[in-house]
Amino acid sequence: MIAWQTPLVDGVYVLAILVFVLGLRSMSSPTTARRGIVLAGVAMLVAVAVTVLLPGISNFGLIALGVIIGGLAGWYWARVVQMTAMPQMVAIFNGMGGGAAGAIAAVELLVALGNPVTAGLSLAGAIIGSVSIAGSIIAFLKLQGWLRSKPIVFPVQQPLNLTVLAVALAFGGYAAYTVQTFWLLPFFVLLLLFGILFALPIGGADMPVVISLFNAFTGIAVALDGFALVNGPLGDAGYALVIAGTLVGAAGSLLTLLMAKAMNRSVGNVLFGAFGATEETGTTMQGSMKPIDAESAAVEMAYANEVIIVPGYGMAVAQAQQKVKELADLLESKGVTVKFAIHPVAGRMPGHMNVLLAEAGISYDKLFDRDEINSEFPTVDVALVIGANDVVNPAAHRQGSALFGMPILDVDQAHNVIVIKRGQGKGFAGIENDLFYKENTRMLYGDAQAAVGQLVAALKKS
Amino acid sequence: MTADLWTAFYIAILTAFVGYEVISRVPVLLHTPLMSGSNFIHGIVLVGGIVVLGLATTSLEEAIGLVAVIMGAMNVTGGYVVTERILAMFDRSKKKGGPP
Repeated sequence: MIAWQTPLVDGVYVLAILVFVLGLRSMSSPTTARRGIVLAGVAMLVAVAVTVLLPGISNFGLIALGVIIGGLAGWYWARVVQMTAMPQMVAIFNGMGGGAAGAIAAVELLVALGNPVTAGLSLAGAIIGSVSIAGSIIAFLKLQGWLRSKPIVFPVQQPLNLTVLAVALAFGGYAAYTVQTFWLLPFFVLLLLFGILFALPIGGADMPVVISLFNAFTGIAVALDGFALVNGPLGDAGYALVIAGTLVGAAGSLLTLLMAKAMNRSVGNVLFGAFGATEETGTTMQGSMKPIDAESAAVEMAYANEVIIVPGYGMAVAQAQQKVKELADLLESKGVTVKFAIHPVAGRMPGHMNVLLAEAGISYDKLFDRDEINSEFPTVDVALVIGANDVVNPAAHRQGSALFGMPILDVDQAHNVIVIKRGQGKGFAGIENDLFYKENTRMLYGDAQAAVGQLVAALKKS
Repeated sequence: MTADLWTAFYIAILTAFVGYEVISRVPVLLHTPLMSGSNFIHGIVLVGGIVVLGLATTSLEEAIGLVAVIMGAMNVTGGYVVTERILAMFDRSKKKGGPP
């Protein structure tokens, strides 16, 4: 006889999965996206709540304790954090999911190490989950600025990393072969170490790829845990993990490939290339960087028909998005058409610039991605680059440059270019930017917030 | 290998295609909420955590299961709040002065 609880729980899981898919689908339009996520949230809440009804579940006190601690911590942290800290928040919560997947795999291994199928699936889940949490924490530390964001490289790095992974796998295999749980301890320790070593050489500008990759990793780890659960006594919950995990694994993988493509690099090159670790030397630039003051720049923009603003990570660091909104409003009040050109990998996570500009209240109709706006640069009067560098570097068209082939925003084609930049340093890739030396480019030095503030003040006076 | 496990594999293959199809239509504008929304959805790992903690018998299993539940709960609530906060900013009805 089947108890009434099991069909109820199964039914809830099926409905929850349906809502998750519809919720992700609603992400294809900004008008439906919010409703989709709220529905998915309700479905998740119900799915979690009914799980305790499954036959054989006990330890209710511990379950409640864990849910309350983790739930409140996650809720509070995500509420209070600044919008500018979103990339590291996504990284850390993703890491928590990876850690949970690793821990579930660990318990499965303790319980069913003798079952080769469960053990194999759990070992795989443990590997991916552990790499996801350790790597996500390193990504979090780099994004938060608590760890150097430049690639951290040392000799024989890749051979060392491979050795650590191989020894970890050997311990895991040995544990499963001999059915001795003790060997799982070095297995997990070395996996976490590998995750750390894996993420250290990846630089800050490559984070859009890395964050989506770890997101996909966690999804796959969750799906693998689901397979292991399906093979155990309470398979019902396993299916929910398999489906939701696979959905995220597929979505995350696709997004990872899109991000890598936006830099014209392979995912492998992003992960193992330590991009930006060395600075380009030997190229001498023609001409010089020509400074401009805020007043002249403001006049130039006020008399333009159209201004395209190109934001980059410098805008995020300086939290200048509100000032940028003020600037755009002022220009529009003077009859200037203002558009924003967004490069897919500008910033530190996919869509980073869109989020910051939306936070400032800039309508998303004014945001254009590379394919939509690149043809407009030759006819635009002023292109204003705010803290972007590599994504507007025409060196990408120059054979032999490290950036060669990267699809860029063709800012250099605009009649006039004004670049807001903190100093004369190079971009993340460590490559001189030809754009800054061009005849029609003027440099407005300063922190993005201060410099845009000066532009706003100058425009108000005129 | 049980029949259930094979069924799960079939489902996973089909789900991967569904995931790919659904996601490939998302515009660049919404890449962050997409990522953070899928981050929230793998918070289903909490259900797995509850199952292993609920079935745990030794104190070691309970301890690790508790870690799984805490981390899973952080993933699911943090992922939800982050996504909701981001999408709230794209929501025109809440904005004053924006175009209708």
